[in-house]
Amino acid sequence: MNRLSRDQIAARVAHDIPEGAYVNLGIGLPTRVANYLPAEREIFLHSENGLLGMGPAPAPGAEDPELINAGKEPVTLLAGGSFFHHGDSFAMMRGGHLDICVLGAFQVSRRGDLANWHTGAPGAIPAVGGAMDLALGAKQVFVMMELLSKTGESKLVEQCTYPLTGIACVDRVYSDLAVIDITPEALLVREMVEGLSLDELQRLTGLPLRALA
Amino acid sequence: MIDKTVASLETAVAGIHDGATVMIGGFGTAGQPTELIDALIAQGARDLTIVNNNAGNGTTGLAALLQARRVRKIICSFPRQSDSQVFDALYRAGEIELELVPQGNLAARIEAAGAGLGAIFTPTGYGTLLAEGKETREINGRHFVLEYPIAADFALIKAQRGDRWGNLVYRKAARNFGPIMAMAARSTIAQVHEVVALGELDPETIITPGIFVQCVVPIKTAPEVAA
Repeated sequence: MNRLSRDQIAARVAHDIPEGAYVNLGIGLPTRVANYLPAEREIFLHSENGLLGMGPAPAPGAEDPELINAGKEPVTLLAGGSFFHHGDSFAMMRGGHLDICVLGAFQVSRRGDLANWHTGAPGAIPAVGGAMDLALGAKQVFVMMELLSKTGESKLVEQCTYPLTGIACVDRVYSDLAVIDITPEALLVREMVEGLSLDELQRLTGLPLRALA
Repeated sequence: MIDKTVASLETAVAGIHDGATVMIGGFGTAGQPTELIDALIAQGARDLTIVNNNAGNGTTGLAALLQARRVRKIICSFPRQSDSQVFDALYRAGEIELELVPQGNLAARIEAAGAGLGAIFTPTGYGTLLAEGKETREINGRHFVLEYPIAADFALIKAQRGDRWGNLVYRKAARNFGPIMAMAARSTIAQVHEVVALGELDPETIITPGIFVQCVVPIKTAPEVAA
């Protein structure tokens, strides 16, 4: 079985982002998607701290402490980009103006519930940031994650056991083994890596899956 | 003649009283009014409730205010970071109260206070731990959580340029919470890189109109943010 690397998952997500899309890439793994967006496509990247038309990292030495992304890393602004305050930035999410947001996840349930902000472990200091706004604030919510945890348990689950970020909000999961659409009727497998069968994928997730017709 | 500018940081923060709720602008260190925070530490007000997106980075600015044990409670969205060791230690020791608010709800609650609203219904957080025990309502088939405004006695913010009427423009992503916090506080104190003459700020591009600002104090900023 030919598992995708994290960068290959990022490239796979990037492939599905169309010209003209307004997109937010969550902190962590999803930011790698930016590295694979085709240069010939105009795609508007939104950053929750108040940027639209975010560009790549600056050249070493050209960093500006007041031009950063949601992960507080230095970035650039493309020609045509804009700055705005936090109220407007979150209105872009909550108001449904973004086309796509890409998030990481601890767990996704078969009805699209997302858990990605808190392990719920005793003593853990909770931090939520913009996760809950992003989970419900885009027309399409994509999750990218490894399908199995380090201990081999499926992260696509019947019901999330970690605290929820949002309810029935995830539209599609891009993983190292398969791309799966979450619909009210069923989990639809769009594609699988070479050497993986639907039966094997069902066994790994423990969930009923259907191949996309 | 109306002149909201003051010459010293000390004068700017003199009125902040013990027990005050103080909003502090910034997302991480971008837009953080570090010099005003230092002045507040020197001024000595304690038992403060702080509203900020984070809970301090490193050992300067907001982190230093926490370290000085001046903060009773913090209302924020993202306290835990790689360099939030000051907050982490106080929180684990039970020496600071935390109200964790999803970031968009934090912004919306601040905006609600500035706009004089009684409350808002927000979809963010519905069905999660952070909405537990809160009133909810179904409106047009969607679920919303009732959240109350967050107002403040003072806001400390950072802008790029200001004039003596309190009009402000910001710089790049340092704008973040500045404009909405300015609206939500009874008294907004803005540190600016430069005070300019009335009329020099293009009225079409003023981001915060002076009605929301009570005090403007010029400070020397690092050369890389002078542009």
